[in-house]
Amino acid sequence: MLSYAIRRLFGAVPTLLLLVAVAFFMMRLAPGGPFDKERKVPAEVLANLEKAYHLDEPLIAQFVRYLGNVLRGDFGPSFKYKDFSVTELIWGGFPTSLTLGGTAILLAGVIGITLGIFAALRQNTMVDYVLMASAMTGIALPNFVVAPLLTLVFGLWLSWLPVGGWGDSWTQGILPIVALTLPEIAAIARLTRASMIETLRSNYVRTARAKGLPERVAILRHALKGALLPVISYLGPAVAGIITGSIIIEQIFSIPGIGRYFVQASLNRDYTLVMGVTIFYGVIIILFNLAVDLIYGFLDPKVRYD
Amino acid sequence: MRQAFKRLGAAMLAGALILGTAVAANAETVLHRGNGAEPETLDLHKSTGVPEANIIYDLHEGLVVFSADGLPVPGVAESWDVSDDGMTYTFHLRADAKWSNGAPVTAGDFVFSLRRAVDPATGSEYAPTLAPIMNAEDIIAGTTPPDQLGAAVVDSRTLKLTLKAPTPYFIGLMAHHISWPVHKATVQKFGDEWTRPGNSVTNGAYVISEWVPQSKIVAKKNPNFHDAANVTIDTIVYYPTEDIDEEFKRFRAGELDMTYTVPTDKVKWAAKNMPKEYRNSSYFGTYYYVVNLTREPLGTDVKLRRALALAIDRDKLVDKITQGGEQPAYAWVPPGVAGYDYQQADFAAMTQAERDAEAKKILAEAGYGPENPLKVEVLHNTSERHRRIAIAIASMWKKTLGVDMTLTNQEWKVYMETRDAKQFQVVRAAWIGDYMDAVNFLDLFISTAGVRNDPGYTNPKFDELMAAAGVNPDPAARADQLEEAERIFLADLPIIPIYHYRNTTMVSTKIQGVIENVLGFHLSRYISKS
Repeated sequence: MLSYAIRRLFGAVPTLLLLVAVAFFMMRLAPGGPFDKERKVPAEVLANLEKAYHLDEPLIAQFVRYLGNVLRGDFGPSFKYKDFSVTELIWGGFPTSLTLGGTAILLAGVIGITLGIFAALRQNTMVDYVLMASAMTGIALPNFVVAPLLTLVFGLWLSWLPVGGWGDSWTQGILPIVALTLPEIAAIARLTRASMIETLRSNYVRTARAKGLPERVAILRHALKGALLPVISYLGPAVAGIITGSIIIEQIFSIPGIGRYFVQASLNRDYTLVMGVTIFYGVIIILFNLAVDLIYGFLDPKVRYD
Repeated sequence: MRQAFKRLGAAMLAGALILGTAVAANAETVLHRGNGAEPETLDLHKSTGVPEANIIYDLHEGLVVFSADGLPVPGVAESWDVSDDGMTYTFHLRADAKWSNGAPVTAGDFVFSLRRAVDPATGSEYAPTLAPIMNAEDIIAGTTPPDQLGAAVVDSRTLKLTLKAPTPYFIGLMAHHISWPVHKATVQKFGDEWTRPGNSVTNGAYVISEWVPQSKIVAKKNPNFHDAANVTIDTIVYYPTEDIDEEFKRFRAGELDMTYTVPTDKVKWAAKNMPKEYRNSSYFGTYYYVVNLTREPLGTDVKLRRALALAIDRDKLVDKITQGGEQPAYAWVPPGVAGYDYQQADFAAMTQAERDAEAKKILAEAGYGPENPLKVEVLHNTSERHRRIAIAIASMWKKTLGVDMTLTNQEWKVYMETRDAKQFQVVRAAWIGDYMDAVNFLDLFISTAGVRNDPGYTNPKFDELMAAAGVNPDPAARADQLEEAERIFLADLPIIPIYHYRNTTMVSTKIQGVIENVLGFHLSRYISKS
């Protein structure tokens, strides 16, 4: 299995290179540049700036230079936030996004799977309907509606929790984590329920019951393992997405994560930062997809990596 | 026993320390400022925005600084002499001006810094603001080395600046951070990282102590500042809050003492429900539409432009759409420039009914009517605010003149490129002044202004007056020339002024010393908190 993982990681290198190339050239195709502003920069000053950032070289030369720097681990200075390098911005914000997103997805996993099993076992009862209706609402209500509502109710009207900020008090984390967790609970609960219902009808669960295993063991040891497969598939990219931050949650709660950079960097034509977050996200996605495949090996006896 | 005493002593000492810090923490005054966006840089020679300036003005001090009411007053320079021809300024530095590391601020620091500002290697976007100084333009263009700048050390406390022409607003310019000093050794040692907490050495009322990108910047009182005795805020925390609705909520929840702005749709609510906290002051900026003068028919027919300018009911627009108490604009240079009479287009004095009637007449005479409506394309950058304003104007033009307006929006950078390439008929734009002088506005439209001259305006008479004013040492005569230039400009209407900006902010009732001023800078050293 180790050799499989190593093979996969080597296989990811061309994928990443392709990603870097596509992102680099697409970014440069976009109209406008990092130094276009309403307050015009005189031509000679613009020339000075472009020279300082090597933007005056042919695009291919810039690409080769960039690739060389990346291989040495240098992602360059941010064009927009001039006092920081891209590496500093990403490593500065990632722990925050990881803490926030990690907590949220952990909570969502535990609560969502529990609720999903619960609903599946009571399929077509009132409990099931109520749970699934709330899950549907949770999926339908977007973050940018839920988050301001939470700040309004718990921050302003009740004054129980801070409206925003990060790092001064742990209470600042509650509302953003709730806002991130709710839709994930909903999605995971629905997935678990559907897959659990299907698994409960399968032959191996029938066998487990037939040989007289207690219901609890039949469900937790036999049915659950199979039922979790689609949930794990979903969780791979979901975890990658959530731990790299959300621009909506970060802006609404003033949280210094890296989610905002995905959107703002491209709007600002902050070439180096766009490339930095793209590569970072690419690596994370590749790692989590690999993790999903490895977990499959544990959960599904049909999957072998030898 | 001895051991026990020792322990007791240690415990008491620890207790005293804890108590001590607790008391100190209580006594410390912390100002929480909402500050718009994350600063792009705190390097005062590279920064361009208002959020950056708010912090830079607290950390640094120039020869001249802004007073609490926004006027240029002596800073590091305690006085200055101007030669009779208005071309040489001699600044006398105060003896107690110090860097935060205790070293004195010298004339040499200013020479180093001014050269750095115009040095092409620095890549300063604001360097052209220093153009009045001898040789600055050639240095920026790279044709002259930086040491040729008209800035010289007379002695460690005397600085001589030589100008290329008399510049009546020069002292105002010295209040802008592009002319302010940086600490030579620090900049040379740390390069681009000199602005970081720990590295940064500054000469203002505060020193940066913490910078968490996208979260906060903390500054502590600088004990070496010459006026430290009168600085009452010990610590400032600046919050970059890009979501202005959330900034407003944080203010209401008591987490912020001052906001950067007020969301448009909350202005009426704030004025009614929080009148003591809500501030609305005039701001040195104009919102306007640019007409591309190279495109027919609008660009070539001033009468059509006049009809369009007439038919915008600005009172209704600011009352119903923008709602921030903006002032309807019939002028380019905003009101409030000292020594300059506010100029307005002739139709400012008319009623809206009279304006509409004249506009209708013009369009009818030009042969436009229901069968043959005038078509106008307006471009704006994607934003709900600009869209709402454009739709309101479209409906006024439609209702009064039967004009068919098409509206295009583009993402900011695309919009900038389209605008620079002059691929528009009418484009929305805004200009906020950097220093209090009419030139800061009128300069945009001299025929040699290049890409900044969006409409492509050329009028020899206007250019002539601007050039004459540029070298006129007599302030009153110079103002007359500039005023006449603006009158010509407003008659030609290459742009359609819409409103002058207002600065809307929330300031807690615990805060004193935030005085209304037209540039909108409130230095924390003048602020106190009870």
